[in-house]
Amino acid sequence: MDILKVRDLKTYFKIKAGTVKAVDGVSFTLKEGESLGLVGESGCGKTTIALSITQLLPPEGLIAGGEIYFEGTNLLKLNEEEIRAKRWKDISIIFQGAMNALNPVMRVGDQISEACVYHEGMSYDSARKRVKELFSLVEIDESRIDDYPHEFSGGMKQRAVIAMALACGPKIVIGDEPTTALDVMIQAQILQLLNRLRKEMDMSMIIITHDLSILGETCDKVAVVYAGKIVEIGEVETIYEEHTHPYTEKLVKAFPNIFGKREMTASIPGMPPNLINPPAGCRFHPRCEHATEKCRLVEPKLKLIGGEHYVACHLRGDNDE
Amino acid sequence: MNNIANDIIEVKDLKVYFDMSRGFLEEILAKEKRQVKAVDGIDLNIKKGEIVSLVGESGSGKTTIGKAILHLVEKTGGNIFFKGEEIDPKNNKEMRLFRQKAQMIFQDPYQSLNPRDIIIDIISEPLEVNKLVKTEAEKRERVVRALEWAGLKPAEDYLYRYPHELSGGQRQRVAIAGALVLEPEFIVADEPVSMLDVSIRADILRLMLNQCRQKGTSYLFITHDLSLAWLISDRIATVYLGKIVEIGDARLMVGKSVHPYTKALVSVMPVPKVRKDRKMTILEGETPNPINIPSGCRFHPRCPNVMGKCRESEPELIEIEPGHFAACHLCSPHNINKKGPRS
Amino acid sequence: MENAKKAARKRKIRKFIESFKTNKMGMIGAIILGIFIFLAIFGPIIYPYDPMQFGTAKDVMAPPGPGRILGSDDMGRDVLGGLISGTRISLAVGILATIISMVVGTIIGVASGYYGGRTDAILMRFTDMFLVIPWLPLMLVLAAILGSSIWNIILVIGLTSWAGTARVVRAQALSIKERQFVERAKSIGADDRHIMVKHILPNVFPLVFANTILVSAVAILSETTLSFLGMGDPTHPSWGMMLHFAFESGAASVGAFWFLLPPGLCVVAVVLAFTFLGYAFDEILNPKLERR
Repeated sequence: MDILKVRDLKTYFKIKAGTVKAVDGVSFTLKEGESLGLVGESGCGKTTIALSITQLLPPEGLIAGGEIYFEGTNLLKLNEEEIRAKRWKDISIIFQGAMNALNPVMRVGDQISEACVYHEGMSYDSARKRVKELFSLVEIDESRIDDYPHEFSGGMKQRAVIAMALACGPKIVIGDEPTTALDVMIQAQILQLLNRLRKEMDMSMIIITHDLSILGETCDKVAVVYAGKIVEIGEVETIYEEHTHPYTEKLVKAFPNIFGKREMTASIPGMPPNLINPPAGCRFHPRCEHATEKCRLVEPKLKLIGGEHYVACHLRGDNDE
Repeated sequence: MNNIANDIIEVKDLKVYFDMSRGFLEEILAKEKRQVKAVDGIDLNIKKGEIVSLVGESGSGKTTIGKAILHLVEKTGGNIFFKGEEIDPKNNKEMRLFRQKAQMIFQDPYQSLNPRDIIIDIISEPLEVNKLVKTEAEKRERVVRALEWAGLKPAEDYLYRYPHELSGGQRQRVAIAGALVLEPEFIVADEPVSMLDVSIRADILRLMLNQCRQKGTSYLFITHDLSLAWLISDRIATVYLGKIVEIGDARLMVGKSVHPYTKALVSVMPVPKVRKDRKMTILEGETPNPINIPSGCRFHPRCPNVMGKCRESEPELIEIEPGHFAACHLCSPHNINKKGPRS
Repeated sequence: MENAKKAARKRKIRKFIESFKTNKMGMIGAIILGIFIFLAIFGPIIYPYDPMQFGTAKDVMAPPGPGRILGSDDMGRDVLGGLISGTRISLAVGILATIISMVVGTIIGVASGYYGGRTDAILMRFTDMFLVIPWLPLMLVLAAILGSSIWNIILVIGLTSWAGTARVVRAQALSIKERQFVERAKSIGADDRHIMVKHILPNVFPLVFANTILVSAVAILSETTLSFLGMGDPTHPSWGMMLHFAFESGAASVGAFWFLLPPGLCVVAVVLAFTFLGYAFDEILNPKLERR
């Protein structure tokens, strides 16, 4: 069953220089128990997608169009209070860099129980019990409940932040760069933990990252985001092995594979476009070596090309009409 | 380490200890000074035209090794030879010459360029400081040449811009041009691509590689990313808590590493490929604080193959096959005979 | 190619002016200060005035009227004329004293922050001393010892107001010296002098500049206070001196508001203008808020 359905989402930021079309017509579906990776370069709009789903956009951001269905209800039609009830309880988010945003003068346990008290109206004692459960879930020793953040190592802080996101037993957890800035070994620990939690707690998950190579172990499906649009979406194997979009191809080749042949990785010439004035036609055409006249003029639509594999490209997908 | 003549850099038993800052009370009570052993006795040599990588997690001391080799941090013990000569950091004349021959590329291109200088001033600074150019025209010519080596063409377009007017990739190229302008023989590159978008990393790496091949410059490449080290270097050294635990040919270190730490690092490296059969050795816990280094083998508390001996004695770095060294009791000679090092 | 260099600098200045224009507080301060600077430079030409030219008996404390817009003082002198010539004295004292304070504060701050260790400890204890000494009595004592010439007043104010600048500059120098471009400079063989002049100074300068403007406000106030207390230079009557005479002659008790209010309001306006400008520059130039 589909738990989350995003249809033609458009999120814009109004700033002095103009309107930034950070997310411009994004659609995807998340099935129950599924894990989806959103991957792209910095500034491609992947974090904005997450903030739109949880409706935590900064004041200058606005959702200009589209629908976001969570278990059949359109989140964009709900009022502020109804959203607040769903946020954290149904959909929670692990913010990028949250581990460094823990309040340094408050005990870690109290910071987590705050969420339980606030969202579930728990008493202090039962919230504390809940925190202990959460600690064992994320593999932190219960005795550390009264520690302050500076007494935690980097990996433990990230676990605490994950515990916070799990506090109300959400159905969807969104992780925004959950392992960036962590050492490889800690990264592996955290990814393994997220995998285990997803299975044990029967959750769906969205992982947002710039690091395409971490998705193989954690995600079922991957959506490649470029300049506010999804250019290709499919199962993780498909994206790695049978990608058809030139951008996906470059992105995959930008990561070395130490178990494969030692060859220089690819780089992508040029820079991501300015989203106030995105290029006409396919947004990737100025950086694409296969671009044709059509790519400069007509914007390709996301088309099904087999299985659950969609791509938005004039060259590869059958994208005529 | 036999033909010293070919070595640009040779390091013997390098140690760098930092004094811990003490609280007011401790200072008064004159308790003994606690020391952080950031680098605790390493040997390393880098040949002409060779790229050697130091791979390790944060807190492993890899950056300190690089800075100590360049005499940017004071060493506590050991010897550092540059082209066979030991340099006395107190001798200004020797140091000046050394500084011209050995350069550093820093991690953060947003931080390593003075925001108030224009590009031509940033790149020509090493020339001016060392009084190597006499005329404006000569200075300009060398800056232009350096910019073009670094792949910023046409160089004239960049000379009079401020760093904030450039993208991250362009800034890192400027930083590299600033290191290349003196035509050094040895460069320490400290995480030169970790702050950059993946889409431009390859360009910077290729730049270093070409420079190394064409001009015979030697590099010490410091990175936390084993796969990048594997990609561009000739040899890789894995560093754990201030010690080199294994060093060898880059390809060998991925395919045939023997130290459990290197093996674990290799096993968890993310790759853009789904490997259903993949076996990861995820080590528990985190690298301990270098204030309290574990007894015996410093890796033993996290080692999946720990033995009794590991808790008591510290293993030496020994040659297990030509050019491949490891510091692990599992591969000490009599163990090799019995079990083989790659169990 | 010098042109290209100039063009780069011009771009930077233009960017600064752009953001300054949008800063309301800064614009108000600039306009007020602009008027006073104009008066200080051209006032005496447009409106000639001689402080030694005393009026006749009927002019003493005469209220405003035709021929003397702001009335006259206890010596029968024109208040408006006194005000205009006082502008030049007050501003000059304020600005010159600030330059002394800035130079001393910057040198001590940069040296302290960059060298650290013992140098830092000694210089900062010295600074702390100046920071906690009650400045008014100190100034009074110094002014009394040195005598009340205008140059002494400038020196005394300058030497008592640098401590705050030194503190701010030191903090900034401390953070800049940890930046990688300073490490890079070391790695190419640059010496301390080069690093301080080429890297630390240009980066603390915006902060010094913003701070300086705030110090100017304090300096003008100090001058007013000293003069008001009778430590001013009677041959160069400033606004403070006018207030001093007004107070001495009992202008307040006879209701001669025209003698008392104008110099008071001028001091307030100039101090406010400097403060506004200082905050505006701080907002635009402070590296912590600059983040592009």
